[in-house]
Amino acid sequence: MAVIEQKKTGLNSSTIWNQLSETELRIDSQDKEMALRVLNNTPMPTTRTEAWKYTRVSKLGKIEFSNQGAQLTSIDKYIIDESGTRLVFINGHLSEEFSSEEFQDELNITLLSQGEELAPSILNLDDEIFHSLNTAFLTDGVQIEIADNANVERTIQIIHILKGESVISNFKTIIKAGKSSQANIIQGFFAEGEGKSNFCNSTSEIFVGENAALTVDKVQYENESTFHISTEQVQQEKNSVFTINTSTLNGGLVRNNINIDVNGENCVSHMNGVYLLKNKQHVDNHTVMNHKVAHCDSHELYKGVIDDKATAVFNGKVYVRPDAQKINAFQSNGNVLLSDDASVYSKPELEIYADDVKCSHGSTTGQLDEEAIFYLQARGLSKKSAHKLMVSAFIGEALDMTKNENARAFIDNLLLERFGWDF
Amino acid sequence: MIKITDLQAKIDDKEILKGLNLEVKPGEIHAIMGPNGAGKSTLASVLAGREDYEITGGSVDFQGTDLLDMNTEERAREGLFLAFQYPVEIPGVSNINFLRTAINEIREHKKKDPISAKDFMAMVREKSALVELDSKLASRSVNEGFSGGEKKRNEIFQMAMLEPKLAILDETDSGLDIDALRIVANGVNTLKSDKNATIVITHYQRLLDYIVPDFVHVLYDGKIVKTGGKELALELEEKGYDWIKEELAN
Repeated sequence: MAVIEQKKTGLNSSTIWNQLSETELRIDSQDKEMALRVLNNTPMPTTRTEAWKYTRVSKLGKIEFSNQGAQLTSIDKYIIDESGTRLVFINGHLSEEFSSEEFQDELNITLLSQGEELAPSILNLDDEIFHSLNTAFLTDGVQIEIADNANVERTIQIIHILKGESVISNFKTIIKAGKSSQANIIQGFFAEGEGKSNFCNSTSEIFVGENAALTVDKVQYENESTFHISTEQVQQEKNSVFTINTSTLNGGLVRNNINIDVNGENCVSHMNGVYLLKNKQHVDNHTVMNHKVAHCDSHELYKGVIDDKATAVFNGKVYVRPDAQKINAFQSNGNVLLSDDASVYSKPELEIYADDVKCSHGSTTGQLDEEAIFYLQARGLSKKSAHKLMVSAFIGEALDMTKNENARAFIDNLLLERFGWDF
Repeated sequence: MIKITDLQAKIDDKEILKGLNLEVKPGEIHAIMGPNGAGKSTLASVLAGREDYEITGGSVDFQGTDLLDMNTEERAREGLFLAFQYPVEIPGVSNINFLRTAINEIREHKKKDPISAKDFMAMVREKSALVELDSKLASRSVNEGFSGGEKKRNEIFQMAMLEPKLAILDETDSGLDIDALRIVANGVNTLKSDKNATIVITHYQRLLDYIVPDFVHVLYDGKIVKTGGKELALELEEKGYDWIKEELAN
């Protein structure tokens, strides 16, 4: 419990880890040292911190989280793809009972608590309090290695469920997609019942090997008092295709960071997101597309519908480094506000240091077209149905990016359950 | 069918309708003509329930109920249809999907079961043929990328699908070439029965060669100032509106 003593003299007065013990996992010793140092010396971000300008996390710093396992009687409603295999974690602890027993031969799946010492992390820890928290107090994690040339036929689902009150799960996923491999991995984030003030603090390190095609579908459906902060740090090697589709359908305060470094030529990267918010939800998507080399494409499409007093934040950064010529980088963010009290902060940022590139970005925020709604009502549709049709027309394009049909059906079902929208 | 008594309406403190009277019986076609700014489109909007207008007086009885007391969708479900002068484009919303939703909500309102997919598609085929609307257009996004003529034909297609009691065609002829005009008129005439009625709002006599009205009304300065048979339309075409203004001045 050395941390706690140190904490008292440090800058960080938050209570997040007062009740937690340092991770017992064998993480890289320098990483651990660094993480502890950051935790002790870095104050919680405030809205004066640029990266957290529109997302207040001060509330998090006042909660004393604990981490213990929990039991569930069924996880049926959290299975996103019936035909897939799955790994189920409750509060960050593996549930053997609900996880698949066997996986395809070309997969090497290891629990981080049972594996060898971890290699140094590719996550940035400096100044990153939540990455450091995740590192120093890692609950558990999983490493999925996909063999070269493997075509993984069944989707691999990692299902995270939070249960209890003021429970934290510090989880790490490591995905290593071998050369010319192909796979679809789903990360599902859920909260059981109305459990209050739970916190999912998740990091993923994703390595997409040469010529590999990897798709990650991220489905978030926690409850309105849940905190969720996650980071996907992605490294793409040459000729690879990486796609990540983030669907945020419920959650109290959600912050998604996706950072893609493209290290090799002829890569394609897709980042898509949908977020549908109501009540007082707050969802923040921060993405960084880092084109380091030439001849690559990236496509980014985020769309959101914000109702009631909810707030959405989108910050999309695209870097095109000096040697990265012939880059096509497209980014688009669209928002529809359904209420006068809903807010959106959308900030596209392009930093281009090469001179032969094609980049575009667009950001729109508006309301549903009143004229169109009147037109639909004049044909006999209720206002509600008219809204539903208009919302589905708006968001459909982004929802359609989830190509896994079972995952898509699961998402549609949640939309119906939570918003009464059927698409 | 509909009885409008002393209807007065304004928008942004500007009085547009100033005591309008009109009665339409089942089986009748009424044409409303008049110069620009007379209040023709306002009348259509007010009857359809557009909220931008404030009703300051008068009443509208639609099949025995107070029309002004109903919201837009209730009016539509009770059988009032407005063919828009400027049909709006709605990207991403398919014509077919929205019509099916509309028909089912109207049926629900009338306590009927939803229409089956098979019956619905048969209806789409039949009615789109009536206005010579390509079935591909029928399933595209509402009016998106449609030509002016296609938009107007789509209005009549929707009218055919919804089978209204009272259809109000607001300047449906504007921007139509003669072929499109004929197709639109043919659609309207085919749908005509002794149980429904049509109000045709138009600038020009031209449309009335194809849709022959029982009555022609002149709307001027927010009121119906003259009513006659179909020959009145020809007279207006020939002499313009000035003689009516003079008649009124005297």
